[in-house]
Amino acid sequence: MSKTRKTPGINGTSSADIAFMLLIFFLITTSMDTDRGLARRLPPPVPKDQKEEIDVKERNLIKVLIDSEGSILFENKPLDIKQLKDKVKEYVENANNAEDMPEKLEEEVPLFGKVMITKNHVISLMNHRMTSYQDYISVQNELAKAYNELRNELARKKFGKPFEELETEQQKAVAKVYPQKISEAEPKNYGEIK
Amino acid sequence: MGKFSNAGGREMPELNTSSLPDLVFAFLFFIMMVTSMREVTLKVKFKTPQATEIQKLEKKSLVTFVYVGEPTAELQATMGSETRIQLNDAIADIDEIQDYIAQEKSSMKEDEAPFMTVSIKGDAETKMGIVSDIKQALREAYALKINYSASLKVD
Repeated sequence: MSKTRKTPGINGTSSADIAFMLLIFFLITTSMDTDRGLARRLPPPVPKDQKEEIDVKERNLIKVLIDSEGSILFENKPLDIKQLKDKVKEYVENANNAEDMPEKLEEEVPLFGKVMITKNHVISLMNHRMTSYQDYISVQNELAKAYNELRNELARKKFGKPFEELETEQQKAVAKVYPQKISEAEPKNYGEIK
Repeated sequence: MGKFSNAGGREMPELNTSSLPDLVFAFLFFIMMVTSMREVTLKVKFKTPQATEIQKLEKKSLVTFVYVGEPTAELQATMGSETRIQLNDAIADIDEIQDYIAQEKSSMKEDEAPFMTVSIKGDAETKMGIVSDIKQALREAYALKINYSASLKVD
């Protein structure tokens, strides 16, 4: 073993290629998709022996029904999905405190003071068992859009910024003025004897 | 003018590429961090419905998935083409949901369990009947935070 002999340096130019191959492998096998969707909250279960009670005043209840064809009945009247958002906004806001729309009650809201809000309104969303999921989501989407627009309008009026850019506290206050209340009832079976 | 042209005697130094693998590796690790491996093999096929008002799902570790759709082409021979539910790696029935949720809940940290979200990944063509059944089962199982998985609608 002579000391003059040196170990040859390993050629490292190909390690870049290896790393690239690994990179491409991971790019293919992993999914970048962030899961997105419409978040909802279900009501807690009711005990079996107790019937679901409805103690909502008739005027506070906004009835939206989707039939198996995907057509919408809004307050028992047929309505096109394109008009649904504006109708819901009109009912939830109830600017003129109309008799047949959700009642407005005075409520103390932080940052806003006393405001009249339709805090007891409930959108009752009903569907048929044969309604397609896409139709259902489309309607849910329109409802969410109605609330988002109401909140955005209020946020712009009060704070001069869209809802998304507000501080958490301000967002809470705005959300309190327009609380999202969507009740998803069990589907109806027409013609079924209960 | 001739100032730049008489550089013929000078040679361009060779670019040192020995740090290139390090760069690529750093990039690789970044990709590995932000993406997630598909954990389950899908046995149902679904195309999520489209919507515009969608929010991001937060905290992946708290999310449980329920897939709803028709069995994949290979499975249709044995399963038929009826809409089925997939929990984890297996096709399941409605009444198995409660056990599944309870099991998922117990595998979480105790203080995180109330924040569990169930993401329903349903096919756009699915009928609401089965989705409603799932919702009822989730209510019974006290998994009240749900998320209808949807993709962004492009006009």
